[in-house]
Amino acid sequence: MAPPAKPFSEVVKTVPPSGIRKFFDLAQSMQGVISLGVGEPDFPTPWSAREAAIHALEHGATTYTSNSGLLELREEVCSDLADRYRVRYRPEDECLITSGVSEGLDLTLRALLNPGDEVIVPEPCYVAYAPCVAFAGGTPVPVALDPADAYRLDPALIGAAVTGRTKAILFGSPSNPTGSAQSADDLRALAALAVEHDLWLLSDEIYDRLTYQGTHTPASAADGAWERTVLLGGFSKSYAMTGWRVGYVCAPEPLAALMHRIHQYTMLCAPHMSQIAALEAMRTAQDEVEDMVADYDRRRRLFAKGLDELGLTCPEPGGAFYVFPSIRTTGMSSEEFAEGLLTQEKVAVVPGGVFGPSGEGHVRCSYATALPQLEQALERIARFIS
Amino acid sequence: MREILTVLEADAHASVERIATLTGIDEASVREQIAAWEASGVIRKYKTVVDWDRFGDQRVTAFVDVTVAPERGRGFDDVAERIARFREIRAVHLVSGAQDLRVEVEGESMKEVADFVAQKLSGVERVTATSTHFLLRRYKDDGQLLIDPEPDQRLSVTP
Repeated sequence: MAPPAKPFSEVVKTVPPSGIRKFFDLAQSMQGVISLGVGEPDFPTPWSAREAAIHALEHGATTYTSNSGLLELREEVCSDLADRYRVRYRPEDECLITSGVSEGLDLTLRALLNPGDEVIVPEPCYVAYAPCVAFAGGTPVPVALDPADAYRLDPALIGAAVTGRTKAILFGSPSNPTGSAQSADDLRALAALAVEHDLWLLSDEIYDRLTYQGTHTPASAADGAWERTVLLGGFSKSYAMTGWRVGYVCAPEPLAALMHRIHQYTMLCAPHMSQIAALEAMRTAQDEVEDMVADYDRRRRLFAKGLDELGLTCPEPGGAFYVFPSIRTTGMSSEEFAEGLLTQEKVAVVPGGVFGPSGEGHVRCSYATALPQLEQALERIARFIS
Repeated sequence: MREILTVLEADAHASVERIATLTGIDEASVREQIAAWEASGVIRKYKTVVDWDRFGDQRVTAFVDVTVAPERGRGFDDVAERIARFREIRAVHLVSGAQDLRVEVEGESMKEVADFVAQKLSGVERVTATSTHFLLRRYKDDGQLLIDPEPDQRLSVTP
């Protein structure tokens, strides 16, 4: 029996599969690969959090929690945001625990968009932004950022893309894939632009703790921004908890209530044991977070310097664990470079074009890898381009 | 500057150039700072951590709880120093609890350690009792896990 002949969703069919997949398949089929293609920490989750989850499982934390998530966790998240960044959200109705930022972003877009609404997506950016806008019925409007300007969210570039249908600007800082962290000044200017055109700012801050030059500035901290900003955050990167699928979203109450409505009918709640682990991580693993950040920072310096010496230049990455060097001097496209490097020298990187058209000519390298491997990868890259 | 020590603590072999790269501090300052720390004793010495078991040496370690009758006006210091000078003693700590000193003894055999405790340690003036615990297996030492590292379970390319 064939499946029904009626067509599948036109929206989903038009979104191409992630370009990362191809490299994953290729890299998986090879032995001895040093992977700089991994978008997650190489540290395991701090033991205190894992131990708390084991204890929770032993004592029956295998149920649903409230739709919004454990109140204790929401309280901890909100007080941490207030202490660390001076942005204030009410745990009762302005904070929702989600299954990672991925779910938070999906909820945000579905609660916000009507068919035909435009969302400005500065790129290169995380691979899921534009597809999620499309899935929610919106139209992603890419805006190319300038590598020569350290991928700054330049309000002039973004303002030029605003139309009468524009509803929001979706961005991540610190950024996957470029590693750039936006300055407080630029975020202020962006907030002013949003006020001027009555737009939402959808701010993916999953890498907030991984900043190396000064501390992170949340988009909602700028004057006039709070009322029109959705703060998407989580535990995956800061606390090395990617597989637990737990994050949070903070937004003004009317929007948060709509997001809650979708969440209660679709996800119900984030995994109970993961929420307990996240709470424990926030309470007891701050020293471990600082140690991890210090370690990333050393790797960042070593790797960025090594690339620079090879003539693969990149703006100094201020956050996350990525560098996004230009490979134009090699004369190859980013896909040719990535494929050649993988098959000839067994180093996996991700071609920049995957993250948007202006990522072409670059590759994303993750330095969430131990120093000896990074040094070996640099030697192999040197051999590849010579 | 603290970062320099973090790097050196993990790798005493790290060159000035490497430390400069990893910390973002210029080489001249790194060199100067290390020399100053060596002079002031912040850096006590550079040492190699050897796994003697793996090398093939049989070594036996025991932790010995020592009860001491403290000396008027000097407390535990004289006794602790007298114990610390024995070559067989690896560490001496004054601790709270039922006993007074917790010392670490190392020898080439259980007999050697037992003889040392029986004949030397327990005979030290003002030592009134000892309680010996032979070490069976180390799982973590000096902040370093000695169990097998967890395998990297990440997929090789992820978003």
